[in-house]
Amino acid sequence: MLLQAEVEGSEFVELILSGIGQALHLLFQGDPEVWAVTWLTLKVSGIATIISVLMGVPMGILLALSRFPGKSLLVSLVNTGMGLPPVVVGLFVTILLWRSGPLGIFGLLYTPAAMILAQAVIASPIITALTFAAIEQLDPNLRYQLLSLGATRLQTVWRLVLEARLSILAAVIAGFGGVISEVGASMMVGGNVKGQTRVLTTATVMEVSKGNFDVAIALSIILLTLAYGVTLILTLVQQGRQRG
Amino acid sequence: MYRKLSRFKVFAAMLVALSLLLAACGSAPTAQTATTVPANPDVILATTTSTMDSGLLDVLIPAFEKKSGYKVKPISVGTGQALAMGEKGEADVLLVHAPDAELKVVEKGAAINRRLVMHNDFIFVGPPSDPAGIKSVKTSIDAMKKIAEMKQIFISRGDDSGTDKMEKSFWKKANIQPTGTWYQETGAGMGQTLNVASEKKGYTLTDRATFLAQKKNNDLDIVLEKEPALLNIYHVMEVNPEKFPKVNKDGAKAFADFIVSPEGQAIIKDFGVSKYGQSLFVPDAGKNESELGK
Repeated sequence: MLLQAEVEGSEFVELILSGIGQALHLLFQGDPEVWAVTWLTLKVSGIATIISVLMGVPMGILLALSRFPGKSLLVSLVNTGMGLPPVVVGLFVTILLWRSGPLGIFGLLYTPAAMILAQAVIASPIITALTFAAIEQLDPNLRYQLLSLGATRLQTVWRLVLEARLSILAAVIAGFGGVISEVGASMMVGGNVKGQTRVLTTATVMEVSKGNFDVAIALSIILLTLAYGVTLILTLVQQGRQRG
Repeated sequence: MYRKLSRFKVFAAMLVALSLLLAACGSAPTAQTATTVPANPDVILATTTSTMDSGLLDVLIPAFEKKSGYKVKPISVGTGQALAMGEKGEADVLLVHAPDAELKVVEKGAAINRRLVMHNDFIFVGPPSDPAGIKSVKTSIDAMKKIAEMKQIFISRGDDSGTDKMEKSFWKKANIQPTGTWYQETGAGMGQTLNVASEKKGYTLTDRATFLAQKKNNDLDIVLEKEPALLNIYHVMEVNPEKFPKVNKDGAKAFADFIVSPEGQAIIKDFGVSKYGQSLFVPDAGKNESELGK
């Protein structure tokens, strides 16, 4: 029994090592397909994150600074949205984009645009909710102080955003992390079409189902590296103040 | 304070620059290899997981695209979902393997021009020790009865795919309602289901192509094969453009014509020979379905 466990353990290590080897090989031999898949992953998730930032940050600020009845209800809805399952988003976006669906005339299903749309829907609530929390936790007196010093509304908001920028960047990181790692929505609305909508996560699922575990591990390692690289850049921006 | 501001501005500028860069790349024109570009180049092919997981589509589609200038989007799902996509007009052409269910779709008028493409066969696979003794039985029905009787683990696709439909029809013919801890559904594609069967030391029904393609990963043996009831027959159908005006009917027809053409059939015949020493699919275009396997 112990012997068997040892053998299985070495197989595990072997598989991981061969995956790492394969990842390096695929990347540095310049396998054009893997590069294309990696680039598309960055493009889709990057654009989706940017859209979500452009929508989520203003919405979070607005939500934090305004007072209206039913606000906590809305906030709780947005907070729930942080856990929006990608497959659910994928399903609804698919139905929306069907030829027979309301947005069918645009022919977007199984295109990168459809994946961006779905990922933006996934990331927006995350960024909205975390931006809301970031602004909300600032000292309320700061706002009144700024206003009393004669700042315009816009100047006040800008100053608040600057104060909360660490947390807002954390929101951006969380949003990006949420979409680059999701597979359910991308698979459903993108269809994992080779050369068109295949991203690292859907390619990994496919290689597993083809039984090519070494390639799947290689793709996973590339995905992790990519996610780490982008997060590292965002973190450096976030932490920049301390270095400067 | 000034420094903080500039950091944030740098980040904002980076965001804008990145989005411009990404947008620019997104709109860059893609190279067209074919000489003629059809007016509506995108063809959606709804097909089964076996054609994708075995790797057949990876040779068939590029050959077609190069010749015709069309761009095929293969959406690889179970046959159940592929047929449902056809019934809703969400695909242009279907390549599937569930003859009875296909005929229903044709009867409803959702698909036209159903043509025989190829076949391979289903096989029963299981742990090499064969605890249920399936290697000694002759028919699928008896195999099912024996597995149920001995409560050996059976891994079902459970996803309404062509393979799943075939498996369910055997249970029905054997008069068994498969329930209990020995009967497990993965709800996944064939490749994944083979992985599960191997891991759990269970039996499963699989198409030969996927099994051969994945043999290296799995500890499974063929326990029953070459029974007439186990033929796995693939047809191509075009989604009816009269019923669904948005269908790319020229593209669908071009693809269907290609895979039953001598050129397409030759690709199917040669596929897998160099890697597995045998063809994974037998080209059948123009044959009569009742002659298959004889």
